[in-house]
Amino acid sequence: MFAPFILALRAAGVPASIMEYLALLRAMKEGIAGFSVDDFYHLSRAALVKDERHLDRFDRVFGEIFKGLEAPQGEAPRELPAEWLRKLAERVLTPEEMEQIKALGDFDALMETLKKRLEEQKGRHQGGSKWIGTAGTSPFGAHGYNPEGVRIGQENSRHRRAVKVWDQRQFRDLDEDEALSSRNMKVALRRLRRFARTGAATELDLPGTIGATARNGGSLDLHMVPERHNAVKVLLLMDIGGSMDDHIRICQELFTAARSEFKHLEFWYFHNCLYERVWRTNRRRRETERPTMELLRTYGPDWRLVIVGDATMSPYEIIQPGGSVEHWNEEAGQVWMGRATRHFRKAAWLNPVDPAHWRYTQSIGILQRLMDNRMYPLTLAGLETMARELAR
Amino acid sequence: MARFKGTKEYVASRELEVAVNAAVALQRPLLVKGEPGTGKTVLAQEIAKALGYPLIEWHIKSTTKAQQGLYEYDAVSRLRDGQLGDPRVHDIANYIVRGKLWDAFEAEQPVVLLIDEIDKADIEFPNDLLLELDRMQFFVYETRKTVAARHRPVVIITSNNEKELPDAFLRRCFFHYIRFPDRETMERIVEAHYPDIRQDLLREALNVFFEIREVNELKKKPATSELLDWLKLLTIEDMPAEALRSSDAKTALPPLYGAMLKNEQDVHLFERLAFLARRRGG
Repeated sequence: MFAPFILALRAAGVPASIMEYLALLRAMKEGIAGFSVDDFYHLSRAALVKDERHLDRFDRVFGEIFKGLEAPQGEAPRELPAEWLRKLAERVLTPEEMEQIKALGDFDALMETLKKRLEEQKGRHQGGSKWIGTAGTSPFGAHGYNPEGVRIGQENSRHRRAVKVWDQRQFRDLDEDEALSSRNMKVALRRLRRFARTGAATELDLPGTIGATARNGGSLDLHMVPERHNAVKVLLLMDIGGSMDDHIRICQELFTAARSEFKHLEFWYFHNCLYERVWRTNRRRRETERPTMELLRTYGPDWRLVIVGDATMSPYEIIQPGGSVEHWNEEAGQVWMGRATRHFRKAAWLNPVDPAHWRYTQSIGILQRLMDNRMYPLTLAGLETMARELAR
Repeated sequence: MARFKGTKEYVASRELEVAVNAAVALQRPLLVKGEPGTGKTVLAQEIAKALGYPLIEWHIKSTTKAQQGLYEYDAVSRLRDGQLGDPRVHDIANYIVRGKLWDAFEAEQPVVLLIDEIDKADIEFPNDLLLELDRMQFFVYETRKTVAARHRPVVIITSNNEKELPDAFLRRCFFHYIRFPDRETMERIVEAHYPDIRQDLLREALNVFFEIREVNELKKKPATSELLDWLKLLTIEDMPAEALRSSDAKTALPPLYGAMLKNEQDVHLFERLAFLARRRGG
């Protein structure tokens, strides 16, 4: 009965299985939800969603399916910046209308009018003369102005009764690619730790041996366990200063998380790209500097190298000797990157810049290539992919 | 069939009621997640009270093994008895120690079984309990007996999200995420706990509380249990409501802040903000 719903959920990336679907049907039969839509929403959520990160997606799919709306094509619906909407309003509404609204005063009113206007426009132009899309003003493609798609004013709607629970999308913050805290990061980084505990059975299991011997009625029965490889070794190199200032907070979180997760964690700073020197404390840079060569000698190939940086710089800083903005470097940044990635077989680059913008920055592409495509966004999903990749 | 509803002491949202009732009716475990201090553990106690079932609590630690919930074979005391020539040694059943799950399965009437903080245990822990929770029975190898549940217990599992739970396990559960209560719900919760709190104090305290929660840089945001502790302190100290009003939470440390800020970095952060505000203001 709700098959399209389940399929839509799966398409949206909520891993609901047939088992959960059957559970939902049984619960319906038991009359848990009664005849209220809200209860059905709560019930299906409890039955189908098992991870708070998926709650937001569930809300979106539920809204689409049970309102009979089509999903906007192209990019997923996203919050639009107020500034952008204001500009859009200026374009769509006549100056007189703008004046009137200004007299009314508030942003909500503006959005309300804008929404109505866009709906009218949509109705009037069904014939196919694409009204705004082809003019190239929209970053969302031809369907971008669909009011349902961009959710203009829905969150701010004054018609409170029209706002359904699932439309409020209270779980937005828990979606995977947003909200990162050091706690979340720890969970992601734990993937690395888990791997470290496997190995061949080489150690004597004392309690196991005693237990087995007792069970045997006193004759000796030796038991072995795998050695505890509780030591993933992580070498963390962090880009500091300059363009990284925008990302300080998230890097701090990552640092705290990594700190408490790994017993063997060494961290060093660099600026923009890896050159012949790294340092331990940014404030006392001169005193704590070390040659990168020494780093490669000190930490063996079994260390996992994690570089954190926005990789945003002039390409010369990577490919030219002497290209560094701070000092004269004899060898180009890419030579040092090559040395590091050859030495540390398990290496990854975490980039706090939104992956959607990566291709617009040439230096990101270059470093991505130097890292053999092992550059991951600094989001929960990115961290998890990285941890899986490094643990392999 | 008994239905769960919020009680006088425990304010439950409609979605929570639906989730609990679904889990009870379908006899499946209910997995509860949420910020620390939003009443996950208390929920099991309240369900037990509402349904009139006894509650069996199994608190999980990092060293807990799934087998310990079923039973343990005490080989060491058997060895000792064997050396002392105790006749009990001939019956292995004497050395089987029952676990919480066994207690829940063999109970005379249906019970509520709370498996608290399942994420604390080893990563394989939930997998080891799959079959037992699904069929509500297990096999005792030493005595070659099957222990099956007389009445399927209502199983409540809480998690703080320290580890991810395996998919196969999740598929067998109902899931509920306790969202942080909004102001209205919070007022009801406080009133359920302290029915005769001074209204002006409550209003001001909630203002301060929600303002603190809005400071995004906090490492650990205060939650319901912190608020309740703080209110209790305020009442004991007989703090006048004005003392709270004068201090904008964003600019000064609220009185008795120790109940809400549990982290020296957070306290520092507040002091820094207060300093900045004073400089700007002065």
